[in-house]
Amino acid sequence: MTAANEALTALGLREMGERLARRAASSRELVDASLARIAATDAAVGAFLKVVPERARARAAEADARISRGERRSPLDGVPIAVKDLFLTKGVETTAASRILEGFVPPFDATVVERLEAAGAVVVGKLNMDEFAMGSSNENSAFKPCRNPHDLSRTPGGSSGGSAAAVAARQVPASLGTDTGGSIRLPASFCGVVGVKPTYGRVSRYGVIAFASSLDQVGPIARSVEDAAMLLGAIAGHDPRDMTSSTRPVDDYLASLEQGAKGLRIGVPREWFQGGVDAGVERLVRDALARYEKEGARLVEVSLPHTRYGIGAYYLIATAEASSNLARYDGVRFGLRAADARGLKETYSETRERGFGPEPKRRIMLGTYALSAGYYDAYYLRAQKVRTLIRRDFDQAFAKVDVIAGPVAPTCAFRLGERTADPLQMYLADIFTITCNLAALPGMSVPCGVHAETRLPVGLQLVGRPFDEATLLRTARALEREVGPGPEPAALTSARGGAA
Amino acid sequence: MALSLEEVRRIAQLARLRLGPEEESRLAVQLSAILEHVAELSTLDVTGVEPMTHALAAGEGAPLREDVVQPSLAPDVALGNAPAREGTWFKVPRIIE
Repeated sequence: MTAANEALTALGLREMGERLARRAASSRELVDASLARIAATDAAVGAFLKVVPERARARAAEADARISRGERRSPLDGVPIAVKDLFLTKGVETTAASRILEGFVPPFDATVVERLEAAGAVVVGKLNMDEFAMGSSNENSAFKPCRNPHDLSRTPGGSSGGSAAAVAARQVPASLGTDTGGSIRLPASFCGVVGVKPTYGRVSRYGVIAFASSLDQVGPIARSVEDAAMLLGAIAGHDPRDMTSSTRPVDDYLASLEQGAKGLRIGVPREWFQGGVDAGVERLVRDALARYEKEGARLVEVSLPHTRYGIGAYYLIATAEASSNLARYDGVRFGLRAADARGLKETYSETRERGFGPEPKRRIMLGTYALSAGYYDAYYLRAQKVRTLIRRDFDQAFAKVDVIAGPVAPTCAFRLGERTADPLQMYLADIFTITCNLAALPGMSVPCGVHAETRLPVGLQLVGRPFDEATLLRTARALEREVGPGPEPAALTSARGGAA
Repeated sequence: MALSLEEVRRIAQLARLRLGPEEESRLAVQLSAILEHVAELSTLDVTGVEPMTHALAAGEGAPLREDVVQPSLAPDVALGNAPAREGTWFKVPRIIE
């Protein structure tokens, strides 16, 4: 890495766009700097499953040609980005980090990829993740682990671990991830970046490999609230190809960004502070709340009494939907086929035995059980009723407040291997993020400081009213003005020096 | 609630998953532990509570489109990832011996 490349990869999305606009940098230079940074750091981080340098350079050349003709498409034109390997990319292998999709080359793009490329953004590669987005540490990737750029012995969180790690490692200024139970917010918190899970229906799921269809949502990860807001604005909005995509107009997320915290009523859920949260994490979260109060916001205690039932309801609903969604991987139309199996039934079960890793198998089993005859009412139907109760908790809270704030996770990033033996322990990392998905609300993680003992970043979780991403982002920005962006990735300093 | 090995085998059969003996035992233990945690839901009174069957509020989603034919993937493109094909079909092993 040259010093010039270093300077370029440190830029955010908006800053890159501005350099391109005034011709102070070319798209080719930005893309090359990103590719060089990936080459220098990704052996250590493992954020990428696939890098597409030639394709990216060709797209960058096109962007440069447009810009020099004065035909700049958008503020994102020519800017490098990367997407989780859950998004279909036409002509570029897409695996969902699963052996069962190894070699799968999609014949079409996900709507969000199409929108970003139409805006001129240059996709440099596909990001590591937990297999089929099932996991909270990225350790369920069938191909390789991903590591936290702030401490390589720790996980980046999951399932969008690569999406958060790549942004934290300055490999790309921003990325896309998905969030079904916390999969954007948890890694964003662990890696010290900004991650937004929009309202269910705000962003199209077309071409996004499905995990749990009533919970999955696509969102941006970036190093500043403004960049996340920009990226969200570029991907949000109705898509006729996704019938759960909302027809509501998209707000201008940048317009209200700098309005500050004055006058905001911020709900603090009693149940999110009842023990179980690491003391250092809780201190940073409480400091953030105190800053809001100092800035003129009013803190209001609220109650979300059904919080503790969230994990249970989630693991029934998400696994039931997953067992149905993953039925399509049967070795017939795409992906792996156990060619030596005898007969069709054996082809199905052999293919699925070889293709799925332990976590998808576990979830398929649980979901199949929850939907099976005699258990449907006791498990799936009951979980859906509890889901109603969880949504009601939030509705009642939002009658009194504009936004809710609390921890993203009970701890900061944990070590690789620390929780893999006990799936339930791993699931508990999602206790504060999961109810937001069940209630279909927008939520995000914004850096709120560095843990006093571990020196690892910690995120503050904000949850908003349905489709009120604007207030969410404004609230996050008010904190960012006070505490600044997440820390630089100290763990990569030596990797940087070594590759100079 | 503990899952027996027989139940694990029955579910695996329903899910078209072939499991090794070790995997069966491990899953019986792990799934039992998860179900025990989930059993907490049965302590809640949900009488009269409607299930949340849609994540999007009524009227929030897309209106139905006109029923008109629209272009879709060409057969060769759709078959592009097929593990085995013949003509414009996906080829599978014999179903009836």
